[in-house]
Amino acid sequence: MDVAQLKRQLFEYTTLLFHEGFLDEQFTQLQQLQDENNPDFVVEVVSLFFDDSERLLNELATALDQQNIDFNKVDAHVHQLKGSSSSIGAQRVQRVCIAFRNSCQDKNVEGCLKCLQEVKHEYSLIKNKLEILFNLEKQILAAGGSPPV
Amino acid sequence: MGTAAEPQFHVLAVDDSLVDRKLIERLLKISSYQVTAVDSGSKALEFLGSRGNNGRSSSDPVPSVSPNDHQGVEVNLIITDYCMPGMTGYDLLKKIKESSSLRDIPVVIMSSENVPSRISRCLEEGAEEFILKPVRLSDVNKLRPHMRRTKKLKTHQQEPREDSERHGEIRSQPARQHELEIQQSQHHPSQQVPQHQQQKSSNNNKRKAIDAEEGLSPDRARTRYSGVATF
Repeated sequence: MDVAQLKRQLFEYTTLLFHEGFLDEQFTQLQQLQDENNPDFVVEVVSLFFDDSERLLNELATALDQQNIDFNKVDAHVHQLKGSSSSIGAQRVQRVCIAFRNSCQDKNVEGCLKCLQEVKHEYSLIKNKLEILFNLEKQILAAGGSPPV
Repeated sequence: MGTAAEPQFHVLAVDDSLVDRKLIERLLKISSYQVTAVDSGSKALEFLGSRGNNGRSSSDPVPSVSPNDHQGVEVNLIITDYCMPGMTGYDLLKKIKESSSLRDIPVVIMSSENVPSRISRCLEEGAEEFILKPVRLSDVNKLRPHMRRTKKLKTHQQEPREDSERHGEIRSQPARQHELEIQQSQHHPSQQVPQHQQQKSSNNNKRKAIDAEEGLSPDRARTRYSGVATF
């Protein structure tokens, strides 16, 4: 595939992600912070988000697995996840976190467990989609194209 | 990216989130600030105590004038997250404002949560601004007027401040001064008021805030509070 085709693909894919609410304006902000001197900024921040999220999801699973659930602890983890997803523009993850916090505040175990499943699902979706996006960018660079954006 | 010849304002960023630290660091660097990022309030105080601000204890009545007593880099502004385990951003703000050697460093608070009582509490405690996360470049652009001017960066537009402990700014650049003059006249005539020890969030800050608020674009759902919490 030539560079022009790849670029079109990237553009369409990115647009779709925005349309479907996977990404919001904050992601665009991140892209604008990238330049020739910091060509990997977005990938770096997103990688931190991936690491952080995986850690938090594990913590959440553990915390909700307890006999006596410490809802404050659960809430604190969700708050962190909400924050970092918001910072990179992962809108759907952020939205589930909001619902999740409500369940925490209500001390609703079932609600929390449901939210955990949802947030894990949304997380894996955005992870997958961002990896596809980054892969397209890599292909463009490899094919001799200039960095996108 | 600022050239090496220009003196850069040094910002201390405090946030327990790795993602947010990376983001704020980039935002600040792209705005030509020098950045130190730490992950807790206690680390922030440690840093402030060990560098140019000469961590004197808060019991010192008046900072002594001593041209050579500064060792490291000074801090011109602190930007801190509100929600942090252990010491919150508010706790950090309080400690800074209670310290005779640190209280003149402007502090900006960031938070993902829009809680009016929280915002007014911070502003009352002396925070310059309260920024809602996620932080954007437009937010960072609004930090410049709040930067603490040090002796060498001061312009003659500004009234002489009690900068006794804050010299030692190694670089003096007339070009930079000129830029600051422009910024000063554009943004903050109110900042001419000599800021002695007890200066908390005053009418000056509120007036600045209203000016800042006018710059907000209407399509942004989120609002930003500086000086006046409106709700």
